[in-house]
Amino acid sequence: MNTMQASTQDQRAPSRPFALVNARLIDPFSGLDQTGGVLIVDGKIADVGPHITEDAVGNADIGDCSGCVLAPGIIDMLVSAGEPGQEHRETLATASRAAAAGGVTTIVCVPNTEPVIDDVALVDFILRRARDTALVNVLPMAAMTKGLLGEEMSEIGLLHDAGAIAFAHGKTSIASARVMRNVLAYAKDFGALIVHHLEDASLSKDGVMNEGEVATRLGLRGVPSAAETIVLERDIRLVELTGGRYHAAQISCRASLDVIRAAKAQGLPVTCGVSINHLALNENDIGPYRTFFKMKPPLRAEDDRRAMIEGVASGDIDVIVSAHDPRGAEGKRRPFAEAADGAVGLETLLAAALRLYHNGEVELHQLLQAMTANPAKLLGLKSGRLAKGAPADLMVVDLATPWMVEPELLRSKSKNTPFVGARFEGRALLTLVAGRLVYNYAD
Amino acid sequence: MSLAVKASQAPFPHRHLLGIEGLSAAEIVTLLDLSEDAAKLGRQIDKKRDDLRGRTLINLFFEASTRTQSSFELAGKRLGADVMNMAIPTSSVQKGETLIDTAVTLNAMRPDLLVVRHHAAGAVELLSQKVDCSVINAGDGSHEHPTQALLDALTIRRHKGRIEGLIVAICGDIMHSRVARSNILLLNTLGARVRVVAPSTLLASGIERLGVEVYTSMWEGLIDADIVMMLRLQKERMVSSLIPSQREYFHFFGLDYDKLACAKPDALIMHPGPMNRGVEIDSNVADDQRSVIREQVEMGVAVRIAVLQALARHLPNQ
Repeated sequence: MNTMQASTQDQRAPSRPFALVNARLIDPFSGLDQTGGVLIVDGKIADVGPHITEDAVGNADIGDCSGCVLAPGIIDMLVSAGEPGQEHRETLATASRAAAAGGVTTIVCVPNTEPVIDDVALVDFILRRARDTALVNVLPMAAMTKGLLGEEMSEIGLLHDAGAIAFAHGKTSIASARVMRNVLAYAKDFGALIVHHLEDASLSKDGVMNEGEVATRLGLRGVPSAAETIVLERDIRLVELTGGRYHAAQISCRASLDVIRAAKAQGLPVTCGVSINHLALNENDIGPYRTFFKMKPPLRAEDDRRAMIEGVASGDIDVIVSAHDPRGAEGKRRPFAEAADGAVGLETLLAAALRLYHNGEVELHQLLQAMTANPAKLLGLKSGRLAKGAPADLMVVDLATPWMVEPELLRSKSKNTPFVGARFEGRALLTLVAGRLVYNYAD
Repeated sequence: MSLAVKASQAPFPHRHLLGIEGLSAAEIVTLLDLSEDAAKLGRQIDKKRDDLRGRTLINLFFEASTRTQSSFELAGKRLGADVMNMAIPTSSVQKGETLIDTAVTLNAMRPDLLVVRHHAAGAVELLSQKVDCSVINAGDGSHEHPTQALLDALTIRRHKGRIEGLIVAICGDIMHSRVARSNILLLNTLGARVRVVAPSTLLASGIERLGVEVYTSMWEGLIDADIVMMLRLQKERMVSSLIPSQREYFHFFGLDYDKLACAKPDALIMHPGPMNRGVEIDSNVADDQRSVIREQVEMGVAVRIAVLQALARHLPNQ
């Protein structure tokens, strides 16, 4: 791991033009899928297409990507990076190394830090820390309400101008419909995106896993999926009222997918995400009270997981996120009901998603779209595409490389992965951010 | 201006002034012309007339007011009326009397004119149905404040010579503002182009149906404006999470020189008062030579004299 860091440092900021050739270019943004290459100059994509070959790029340095997919780097819209306040779990530096190793070139950070990101100075802090310590792009979200208390709106306009990419509410929902209405209406004036966690606190109170047979057998209190769907339905009525741009951070059940479909059919500015955990795992994986499978929203029933896959395949679910949430032993080595929620996911997001492709459940194009082009569009980014002038945020992926998840090798400070010992097929071999090599599997 | 038929001679046909709604362009112009004369009167050494000699005017204010109440008081006195101010803390309302009981009680004192401000929309009209005298609305909730709209129009007309065709941007807390509603009605009636500028949370639902152009950006809403009319921001709006903070409000919606530069170079700066300097208006802008905020107060007295005169013509003689 140290070797890897050293060598990526050495290869930073190449001054010469650089070309990746003989790759299978996949760009969900434009629909491109053919053999070719990308020419990188000054951190940007100078040219892309089948005509970019070793012979065609003159004196540029060459990277041969034969047999590999070259695609835009992943934009992960839901990452908890620990800073500020929880640096023992994760820092922007460690999170960004984990991201780079997973083909993730942009992380969107949640505002439920300590202190809460509800002030322009804190947005500025994150941006500066990221610039100084992070290998990948870091885009902070700010809190919708002061202190995430759900009562007073935060300075959405000033925070937006300071660089807050969107507005979120951590792992809670705004309980007051009036406050939510005002936030949506006010944010609309600034074109700001609202990213909401869905959980009716009064319904989910004391619940620690999905409500149903498994919870009953384990003797654990359940959280009904209605706790999610109720908030989603309310929010959609408020979107209808205000016209604000709304993104459900994560949905986890079939009923929520139906609500999203109806809202989209109505033409409302509503989108949603799903975590890789809810695509790959279900409540049965908890087994003997394994706390690494405890998260918010909880892992649901198999039918809900099937629905999430259908949603990604049909495009009704726009975005796949890692929901990266590092937790140390102090949070996880506890009785299930008392353990912390959350799982790390930056390094396993791509590989776990590729399972859906290998199983024939979701087309590769659709899968990559949900991790590149769609988040880029939602956030108004220039990245997330293979296009001239776009930042050279790229990943080279071998769809077949077999590997196993060994927690102690994860770059994240916390090792709470639910994919312990999982055997995956496919991973990022190279990751580039603004043309800089930030990860090389060969190291 | 085709609407501005010289209608000064036309009598003002209403017994009450409850709002701008229902007034014709000619009636508004009549009041403005009368106000013009009253403004001259206010600049003479002898400001006294006897139009209301022997009449009783009661200022009934259920909501605190400084300038509106004092200008009605002054207007009444200049016209020779006996003026009585009903202060809220000592009024019967505190003892549980209903609005209508209060009205009936006051009516028994046989006043000729009743000037009423109340925190509930529609309360002044309700009261007018229960008394025999003329009633003037000095502000009812978020509904109307007709004399404010008249004094604003008078101030504009004195500077611009007309109302028709002017672009007037009304900026700030539109949702809770009776001043905005009365101004929208009056300015539209006289043919101005009215814009409202506010964050979405301070815009009233369906406001565009009142014939205004709606903007949520000051920089856009002020482009080519002839008149920039600022509204007062109540502190409660932050507690109720309609806006985040004073500093954010000032940054995006406070009138400073940067935003003012979008308006016409000779744009008038107006504010109904009382101002929150540094919240909705930059202190220097408030004192700029384009600011007519002090003149608005002067015209307030003139307009109220004119309204009292117009209504006095309908008061019964014995």
